[in-house]
Amino acid sequence: MAAEQPSSANEYILHHLTFLQNKEPSGILDFSVIHWDSVFFSVLLAVVFAGSFYLAARKATSGVPTKFQNFVELVVEFVDNQVKDTFHGTNKLLAPLALTIFCWVFLFNAMDILPVDLLPAIAHSVGIEHLKVVPSTDLNITFAMSLSVFVLIIYYSIKMKGLGGFLAEFTLQPFSAKNPILKVLLVPANLILEIVPFIARPLSLSLRLYGNLFAGEMIFLLLAVLTLKGMEQLGSAGGWALLVAQFVLALVWAVFHLLIITLQAFIFMVLTVVYLAMAHEHH
Amino acid sequence: MNINLTLIVQMIVFIVLVWFTMKFVWPMILGPMEERAKKIAAGLAAAEKGREELAQARDRAEAIVREARERATQIIDQAQHRANDLVEQAKGTATAEGRRLVEAAKQQIDLEASHAREALRREVATIAVSAASKVLEREIDPRAHADLLSKLATQI
Repeated sequence: MAAEQPSSANEYILHHLTFLQNKEPSGILDFSVIHWDSVFFSVLLAVVFAGSFYLAARKATSGVPTKFQNFVELVVEFVDNQVKDTFHGTNKLLAPLALTIFCWVFLFNAMDILPVDLLPAIAHSVGIEHLKVVPSTDLNITFAMSLSVFVLIIYYSIKMKGLGGFLAEFTLQPFSAKNPILKVLLVPANLILEIVPFIARPLSLSLRLYGNLFAGEMIFLLLAVLTLKGMEQLGSAGGWALLVAQFVLALVWAVFHLLIITLQAFIFMVLTVVYLAMAHEHH
Repeated sequence: MNINLTLIVQMIVFIVLVWFTMKFVWPMILGPMEERAKKIAAGLAAAEKGREELAQARDRAEAIVREARERATQIIDQAQHRANDLVEQAKGTATAEGRRLVEAAKQQIDLEASHAREALRREVATIAVSAASKVLEREIDPRAHADLLSKLATQI
């Protein structure tokens, strides 16, 4: 079933986990390399999201809404309520940011529901050898988003509390003392206790999404391996059994995965809102 | 897996997308939604007001009808009174008139009777005189016996 009929399951899976990149990376950090497939699908889905919502927004009236406008409003209201529940200040950026994250990440994840070989096979027929269709299984994509959020966290923390207030959060708590000398002595302990969870925020945010989607994709790939031999295996009863098993398991996993892709998009959005709300709070 | 240029590109796309959403999508969707919420609230308030006004109008109409009914009853009562009065009055007049007529008739009868009695008396006197003259065979001067005659006439 795989595009180039790989001989083993191992090869098949490795083939599917390889990005369409301009060249082989030389190390763990190599900014001369780019994943064309991730960028392509990321931009494509950005256009899908922005385009559809822009169309709905342009035609939006306060009268009786169309069904599409209704759907868009449902999503917008859902996100708006989530933001309002968590964040009570005024910030023009936060709600649109949350909407963008929720919809975009959802669309990333939804690519996982497509049959694992569908788009790669089409790509192969036009001469593209590797294609990873789920942008959120690319650590670069998830990390880019969580890093952007991280930058916003720092920006709003400094904007709301001042540089002093921001630094005070790292040095003067959770251990605090009245005595100035004791205060200074407690700074290293506080620094370690505060900076670790702070740095962990963007890491956990991106790794959670990446891990869930990567695992989901891996399960689909493993199920696809069951019918790796193609038409050949329909000759035996065992082959048929594997085909049925793949169909049933993939269906069950796809249904379950619907929950995961929505949940992961939701978690990414909510955590972003929570982190930014915390950045606005004074201690 | 490595970190590469994709990260930078994705960050730029992300920033542009968020900017786009913030500028062109969010306010244009939320604006009409809030406007609609306001419209619905205004509509509900207007409906409530209309209902109140309707209730008030119904109360007013009921009051007017009640008043009219009272007034009608009053007018009917008055008319009945007036009719009764008229009947009573007519009855009174009629009774008085009847009594008067009866009275007049009685007087007439009395008058007639006294006239008749007078005439009779006179006749009786004449007859008596003529009878007496016949008895006496001479003429009696009625003038000479006028006193006697009138005394006689009153005795009859």
